Amino acid sequence: MAAESRLDQHRRTDIRNRWLLSAPALIVILLAASGPLLIVVVYSFLTPGSYGDVAWKPSLEGWLSVFMQRDIFDDTLSLADAHVTIFWRSIRLALMTTIATLILGFPTAYFIATRREDRRDLWLFLITIPFWTNLLIRTFAMLQIIRNEGIINLVLMKLGIISAPLQMLYTDFAILLGMVYVYLPLMVLPIYASMEKLDFRLLEAAYDLYATRFAVLRRIIVPLVKPGIIAGSILVFIPAIGAYVTPNVLGGGKNMMLANLIELQFGQGRNWPLGAALSISVMAIVMAALLVYVRNAGTSEVRHG
Amino acid sequence: MPEKPDRDAIVVRNVSKIFGFGDNAFAALDDVSVAIRENEFFTLLGPSGCGKTTLLRLIAGFDYPTQGAIFLYGQDIAPLPPFKRPVNTVFQSYALFPHMTVAQNIAFGLEMLGKPRAEIDARVEQMLKLVRMEALAGRRTSQISGGQQQRVALARALAPQPKVLLLDEPLSALDYKLRKEMQIELKTLQNETGITFIFVTHDQEEALTMSDRIAVMSAGKILQVGTSREIYDRPAERFVADFIGESNFLTAGFVAGKGTRATVRLNSGVTISASLPEGFQPSGQVTIVLRPEHAQLVPARGGATLAGTIENIVYLGTDTHFHLKLDGGESFTVRQQNTRGKNETYSQGDRVGVAIPPDAAQILKD
Repeated sequence: MAAESRLDQHRRTDIRNRWLLSAPALIVILLAASGPLLIVVVYSFLTPGSYGDVAWKPSLEGWLSVFMQRDIFDDTLSLADAHVTIFWRSIRLALMTTIATLILGFPTAYFIATRREDRRDLWLFLITIPFWTNLLIRTFAMLQIIRNEGIINLVLMKLGIISAPLQMLYTDFAILLGMVYVYLPLMVLPIYASMEKLDFRLLEAAYDLYATRFAVLRRIIVPLVKPGIIAGSILVFIPAIGAYVTPNVLGGGKNMMLANLIELQFGQGRNWPLGAALSISVMAIVMAALLVYVRNAGTSEVRHG
Repeated sequence: MPEKPDRDAIVVRNVSKIFGFGDNAFAALDDVSVAIRENEFFTLLGPSGCGKTTLLRLIAGFDYPTQGAIFLYGQDIAPLPPFKRPVNTVFQSYALFPHMTVAQNIAFGLEMLGKPRAEIDARVEQMLKLVRMEALAGRRTSQISGGQQQRVALARALAPQPKVLLLDEPLSALDYKLRKEMQIELKTLQNETGITFIFVTHDQEEALTMSDRIAVMSAGKILQVGTSREIYDRPAERFVADFIGESNFLTAGFVAGKGTRATVRLNSGVTISASLPEGFQPSGQVTIVLRPEHAQLVPARGGATLAGTIENIVYLGTDTHFHLKLDGGESFTVRQQNTRGKNETYSQGDRVGVAIPPDAAQILKD
């Protein structure tokens, strides 16, 4: 009996200590992450103030306006085509960025992982160099390269391949190029981390068992580095859907993105509840996409047998 | 196809493999030629770095020879990639696919060959039974023991019914007892399947136990090819004699020889008969090898072939080793079986004679 109660007491202090030890982290998460998020949620259910800010009067107008618009004359609701288009444009850009970085990043990671061990650090170092510079500066550097008087057009014209400069800047291509340039390291690094752990003797075993190079890639390499592919895709997709600087600078701000739309509501639009509702909608979309993606990626591997 | 008794499954002709360039160039294989017969358990035996694994990798197709040709039933396979050769490998590390179950691992080769599902399933079933792994078909390869992994690797390599099975030190990761069991199992499996096995090992005992024929390799060359008995009893070179089993080396004067029979004069002045490697015509001084268990201790009287003093006696349970210093100054070991009372009559410091039965001595090429 006595021993038991001592054990109980020990367990109780143990639990208390654990809470105490994790308290700093919990406080940071509560104040820095959950708190602001809660404010955003609350704001989305309020009425816009006349000069920005919010008036403390509950309203669903903010949420309604995410995909609906009210006719100025007869107050009828209709689908807000503009918002849907902006959502779709941002999602498409994020998807294309993810796919493009995957296509470029996977071979890059494979290349690094197959170098001599003492050379791999050098390659990883080179991959991370862009991180040392501010995003804005990198984006403007890209602008310098692809603009009409930029180095690509100059070289091509000097070589006589083209007579007039190619219009690359302010196109969708420019946006995608900029996005891929910015987010590629986020794809390469997690895939490399998985690839590095890959036992390359397994590839020999597969070749030996009549697998062609493509079959080895599909049946052995991809399933084994899948955790890296998933992590890389998540790391690229999430920031890409909220990208603000790159589409603005390289796309010339012609086509509005989700980030611009949200920024507009908190600035000139003076509609904070709508801005808050849009922010939460984006978060919901990202979470839903991730859930579907991770679930599919997780089960496809045990399809056989 | 009519079965010819001694058809060659694999013929390796003048194959060299050089790694590196210029000053760093290193010949892993140096002009190697060997023929491996159909349905044979053939072992490549040698110390690490002798080129045995390189030769296996060339046959598997993981590397390409710098020079020479490799024939599989008459077809030159040296330029083919591994997935176009009807040859499968059991790897030293097993290299089982960790993201697949035991059954999926075994099915992999058949799937890659595009066999119909029903045939694959039947064959996997058959293989699981062959290696007694039916109960664990659905397990991940990380959830089974080393010996079981070994059997799965074997089943996976055998499933596509290769013409030749290559085994790269497959037993080296197992503990002693399991290794002994697997040796017997492998030999049985080879008999049952009738597939040509090419087995790589550095373990001479393993090689002697399992092989139909053994090729002893050193420094990128094949020194001798023969049955276990030939390799052990009639080693042609000092390296072979030294690498396999224990040996006494003595210098002797060559007296006369014809074919494989010869007479040599030992330093003690006694002449004995000795075997001569085929096609070898020595003159002057030669080295002869004598296995410790082929010599016999006799009381020191006139008429013994060799005479000396016992320096050391090592009791080994079934046998006793007598380390002698011969009158000529050479060391010599005699191994005698411990039948009751027989070896107890000798003690350290005794003068003894050594009797050498006819044909026990073998002349070496170097």
